[in-house]
Amino acid sequence: MTIPFGNPNRPNSYIGKTVPRPNAARLVEGRGRYVDDMILPRMVHVVYVRSPMAHARITGIDTAEALAVKGVLRVFTGADIAKVCTPWVAVLAHLKGLKSPPEHAIAVDRACWVGEPVAAVVATTRAAAEDGAALVDVDYDPLPVTGDMMTALDADTPVLHADMGDNLAFRRLHEEGDVDAVMASAHKVVSARFKTARHTGVTLEPRSILVDWNAPEGQLTAWHATQAPHMMQTVLAEHLGLPEGRVRVICGDVGGSYGIKVHVYPDEVATAAIAKIMGRPVKFIADRLESFTTDIHARDHEIAGRIAVAEDGEILAFDIDDWTAIGAYSVYPRTSAIEGNQVVNLCGGPYDFKDYRAQTTVVFQNKTPTCQYRAVGHPIAVAVTEGLVDMAAAELGMDPVAIRRRNMYADDCYPVTSPAKMRFEGLSHHASMDKLVALMDYDALRADQAEARKKGIHRGIGIASFIELTNPSPFMYGIGGARISAQDGCTVRMDPDGSLVALSGVTEQGQGTEAMLSQIVAEGVGVPPAQVRIITGDTQVTPYGGGTWASRGAGIGGEAALQAALALKAAILEVAAAMLQAQAGALDIRDGQVVDADTGQDRLSLAELGRIVYFRGDTLPKGLPRELVQTRHFITSEYPFAFTNGVQASYLEVDTDTGIVTLLKHWCVEDCGRIINPQLVDEQIRGGIVQGLGGALFEEIHYDAEGQLLNGSMADYLVPMAGEMPDMIIGHVETPTLESALGAKGAGEAGTAGAPAAVMNAINDALRPLGAQVTEMPFTPERILRALGRIED
Amino acid sequence: MTDVFRDKIDIALSVNGEPVEARVPAGRHLIDFLRLDLGLTGAHASCEHGVCGACTVRVDGDAVRGCLMLAAQADGAEVWTIEGLSDSGAIRDLQDAFVARNALQCGFCTPGMLVACADLLTRDAVPARDEIREHLSGNYCRCTGYEAIVDAVESVAKARRGAA
Repeated sequence: MTIPFGNPNRPNSYIGKTVPRPNAARLVEGRGRYVDDMILPRMVHVVYVRSPMAHARITGIDTAEALAVKGVLRVFTGADIAKVCTPWVAVLAHLKGLKSPPEHAIAVDRACWVGEPVAAVVATTRAAAEDGAALVDVDYDPLPVTGDMMTALDADTPVLHADMGDNLAFRRLHEEGDVDAVMASAHKVVSARFKTARHTGVTLEPRSILVDWNAPEGQLTAWHATQAPHMMQTVLAEHLGLPEGRVRVICGDVGGSYGIKVHVYPDEVATAAIAKIMGRPVKFIADRLESFTTDIHARDHEIAGRIAVAEDGEILAFDIDDWTAIGAYSVYPRTSAIEGNQVVNLCGGPYDFKDYRAQTTVVFQNKTPTCQYRAVGHPIAVAVTEGLVDMAAAELGMDPVAIRRRNMYADDCYPVTSPAKMRFEGLSHHASMDKLVALMDYDALRADQAEARKKGIHRGIGIASFIELTNPSPFMYGIGGARISAQDGCTVRMDPDGSLVALSGVTEQGQGTEAMLSQIVAEGVGVPPAQVRIITGDTQVTPYGGGTWASRGAGIGGEAALQAALALKAAILEVAAAMLQAQAGALDIRDGQVVDADTGQDRLSLAELGRIVYFRGDTLPKGLPRELVQTRHFITSEYPFAFTNGVQASYLEVDTDTGIVTLLKHWCVEDCGRIINPQLVDEQIRGGIVQGLGGALFEEIHYDAEGQLLNGSMADYLVPMAGEMPDMIIGHVETPTLESALGAKGAGEAGTAGAPAAVMNAINDALRPLGAQVTEMPFTPERILRALGRIED
Repeated sequence: MTDVFRDKIDIALSVNGEPVEARVPAGRHLIDFLRLDLGLTGAHASCEHGVCGACTVRVDGDAVRGCLMLAAQADGAEVWTIEGLSDSGAIRDLQDAFVARNALQCGFCTPGMLVACADLLTRDAVPARDEIREHLSGNYCRCTGYEAIVDAVESVAKARRGAA
């Protein structure tokens, strides 16, 4: 059975329509249930004592004063936890050479970054635990601090992990063709250095976990704000020495993730270990300072890039030298080498060129570990690529749109393999660019810019094309040895009243997973979406799956839901055919009624069919299958990833006296394949764009030379607020993937991937007549004034 | 302990239209009192120093940061949280507009955001988009990018004006 997507008037046509989210109505009434909203009998609270030093030997821990605080029950050191919890090593076999030392849930004898947990205080109230934590007396013997990225491999830089031999975590060089020869003979070679700042996700709900160990049952239950419940089940079982089947991870409402909540955090594993030791529920909720010092950071890169172009604007070669510093440990189990690896994979992505060299160098330092955060590596690769393309266009006197049209892969050239060896099934760069140019009325905007320039107002237009990796196969993590599922499953069940319940392995983080699944199941079976209840986020209930990451929920989880729904429909029609003495193929299900497929005439309600199957099965033919529960799984197999593409544009104004950038408007045209819910896709893109705009203009974690994090509050680490953000125009081109019947690719990260590059190019477009250029994010007033020569000290 | 340094305070206030009497630790923040003592978990503690707006509740008619106000300071006050504002129907149109426009994703900021939006609409019946953005600049939302929220508020303002 397939869905005739080409016919918008087909019955049950919910896929492709804006349908309200089933969970939104309760969230606007404050009826969310986040981990911190839960209170269990005998629950206690844990607060972590954290290293105030970036690198130090722990020479003693005195817990007496802390234990004397009223309400404090226990204090745990790293050694206490290590007795029940094994350390982990975050490497993957396919990232050849990646190394990282064993990491404990609580540091045992050495702290390697400011914020690393060194002790845990458990009390009957959080306030008492905090009071106790302040009184744990830890003796530290300071060790040399490795902070700077670019000198991390110098001979005179202290080696952070002596056993590792040096500070190099990972290096990968990819070479295609003869870049040196092309660069030597090209008409023009343009080079530039780029920096992207250290960011963090700033989820409004801090990391949260509540764990209970039921010794008589031998079962550990974790209520966890996570993107990947099954991965966490595996991790907790492995490191606490429990059978996987005796660990249950439940993920209710999650207050924002963006990749932050897909990783294994030492304090969260320690909380599970403490629950196991104490045999009672233990809750850990990070505070805001802990969020800044211990949520993963990301995007701390410095890149030297070169582009070679011919006189007519043909792009001949890219040469990329990327460096990134990942903090003190590679993060478990996805590793911290993926981001740099993505930069190598993605640079030059939209363009049809031949000679490519890219290297990433990933080093250790005494800072918070970095790992995958929304649009992993994309904002960096897109900024470098699109920045270089614009600079080359300026050198050649070409229009930024024209040079892109000259070089983007033709829309009819697919399938094609890029110089980075990425395989593209089907993209739409030119159609997307055409749509963008029309949406923004490019020529009128250029005229407006010229008019403004006459009045001394400096406006700029920035364009950024991009590709985005979605729907990952086991080539992302599984082949490297990580127990992270690329497959996902869905069970769809019809209950006696004809209503449906769908249980899915993908999770809801606010992006609209429940709505998306309800639409697919509703169309697949033939009922209104309101007749479908969705259950996600419980490892003991849902099919095993990967969860929510790498923009896979709709493309992978959605296809599993569609196949399960179609299977249930077939099972229902088999029963209906027997009841109606008709051929199953002559029947259909529409709006919850079994109908004649040809005439649409009602024959039998699902409620009546349910009544017969569940309560009067004796009246059905003996041996008739009546399996009103169907499960299907889906995994991609033809391509390692389903790439999407898109293009963004920014229009902004630079105040050359203050250096302040005002965003006037933003556009994005995106091709995420089949769109299941237009409104949800648009809002994912808008939210993603704003997250990217934050990186372009505001967000930067600062450390001093001693490895102290300097801006660990929301007053000091600036995030986008409503007042500075523009309205955004979103457009679409749809090139469905042929890997699935649904045809959906991911849409959750495209906005973040392209926005920083668009802003950078727009600022430089505004500054170019003044002879200034910026390439170091965020583009703060100070950096812009320095580029203009207005600040020189 | 003398009266000056007492660490427990007796308070009497109205929460969501119902009388509440309690003895609270002097250092108890209003948001913790509402969440932990009264079980009103709609508003959230997040940045804990008045920047993000997730804890915004209505106190004596004003939108107030629950993390910057002590429970003891609410003695005698009239407090409304998202639960009470939902039950009374006072912001039903705003809530419906949020759902229709998908002006929320994870929902963690939403209760505070709604109180801030409602506050604006009582002060200014016809706010321009930049005024809406300015008024909401103390409420952080990482998910939506704000545009849908601005749209929702604008649509409610227009609808209320049309109905008036």
